[in-house]
Amino acid sequence: MKAYITVMGKDRVGIIAKVATTLAECKVNIEDINQTILQGTFTMVMAVGTDESNMTIEEIGAELKNCGQELGVEIAIRHEDIFNAMHSI
Amino acid sequence: MINQREIIETVKMIGEYHLDVRTITMGLNLLDCVSPSKEETANRVYEKIVRNASTLVATGEKIASTYGIPIVNKRVSVTPISLIGASSGGYLEIARALDKAAKEIGIDFIGGYSALVQKGATKEEMAFLDTIPEALATTDKVCSSVNVASTRAGINMDVVGKVGKLIKEMAYLTKDRESIACAKFVAFANAVEDNPFMAGAFHGVGEADKVINVGVSGPGVVKTALEKIGDADLDTVCETIKKTAFKVTRVGQLVAQKASEMLNANFGIVDLSLAPTPVVGDSVAHILEEIGLEQVGGCGTTACLALLNDAVKKGGIMASSHVGGLSGAFIPVSEDIGMINAVRSGSLSIQKLEAMTAVCSVGLDMIAIPGDTTAEVISALIADEASIGVVNNKTTAVRVIPAYGKKAGDEVEFGGLLGRAPVMAIPTVSPLRFISRGGRIAAPLHSQKN
Repeated sequence: MKAYITVMGKDRVGIIAKVATTLAECKVNIEDINQTILQGTFTMVMAVGTDESNMTIEEIGAELKNCGQELGVEIAIRHEDIFNAMHSI
Repeated sequence: MINQREIIETVKMIGEYHLDVRTITMGLNLLDCVSPSKEETANRVYEKIVRNASTLVATGEKIASTYGIPIVNKRVSVTPISLIGASSGGYLEIARALDKAAKEIGIDFIGGYSALVQKGATKEEMAFLDTIPEALATTDKVCSSVNVASTRAGINMDVVGKVGKLIKEMAYLTKDRESIACAKFVAFANAVEDNPFMAGAFHGVGEADKVINVGVSGPGVVKTALEKIGDADLDTVCETIKKTAFKVTRVGQLVAQKASEMLNANFGIVDLSLAPTPVVGDSVAHILEEIGLEQVGGCGTTACLALLNDAVKKGGIMASSHVGGLSGAFIPVSEDIGMINAVRSGSLSIQKLEAMTAVCSVGLDMIAIPGDTTAEVISALIADEASIGVVNNKTTAVRVIPAYGKKAGDEVEFGGLLGRAPVMAIPTVSPLRFISRGGRIAAPLHSQKN
């Protein structure tokens, strides 16, 4: 399954490293990373594949939430279908 | 490939502008539960609901976490109970079974304690109507509706007269709880059989055994989109609303498809209604104000609402394979902070709300009126609203709360999604002679289409 992870919040050292480590522990493969500062907010979008993971998207989401709390940023994972539904015909 | 800007847009719509799926409603046919025994009918009703909908809440939560979109309510609608209980007469037993089943499976509301009596009522249906106040006063989750009129049949004024009295009785029976039973009851003209929203949801007899209907929402998303276009002309306003409604509805379509697959049910419809909540940033009134009104309720309100309602439909219709339900903009007073503020400041009257119902999705919704309002005034209000629906070939409805012991200017607090309502003044001149006549108001000329 393909999903998108969004990370938003105040920029600081080590956000990408920590998120990537969490994902590696969940056996989630990062396929693409896009990172920018939007109106002063650190904004990162990751395209990921979860086929090798034996965790559900809810479990991965819970791990990422904990990770976000430690970093002081908001992290969420969503199945790609919601983005496809909204933005492509 | 979806680009980063689009991904961020979706995330912001959900996180900051209150985009959500307002309800997943499972429609269930109960015709196979009919028995001559009251207890047996109630037992079958309870069992069928629990058997078919026990995983509804868990499924909703699973979809919500997979797509990262809140699904606010999970509900069940059933075949009108006036039909299911006609053989046994055990209407109240069924009401209690519905309430028990709803609590067992953890849903928010169950709708369908209903009767369709737009042309005439059988003696069983008349007996059913008499049970509505007690059914609503003694249950927590059960919602009720009565269809009193249709464009094809005209208006059943005998029932309209009766419903005014029923609403007064509901208010009295729940006088210690802000007359809350009235918030769970709606009188309809041109009721639809696939409405996922409460209090008016019921599962029509033309429907399949088990159907999923989904209601989306997103007033905050529409308002935010309009903020971005500044003082652009109304063509741009309409286009912006259409584009936003399209995106919102696509989410509803996705959720409806997934939910029907997972629950092994037919995909019914997506309801395009913009449904507000009392939360700031989730108000239909604020959209109208963003279009350019100082406050909702003034001149221009009806035009802005007509524009909004039409653009929402045009944008949403291509986004879903089956659009249905009520599909438009809701204007409930107690559930919309912009409406509440407009009533408090004196900008919005019940007369203006009535005009607005001619162009919006439904009708006079969640309006608290003084507790001493007479039954005939309420009946006449329903007759007025039904006339708008019948003549304009649209659904209209009345959900008013004559709050016991309250007068105009007081407030009633229902809590949760039902919100709080300032009590609105309503004309007290008597329509008693008109309502007492009884009989039917004939279907309008343009109902003769064959």
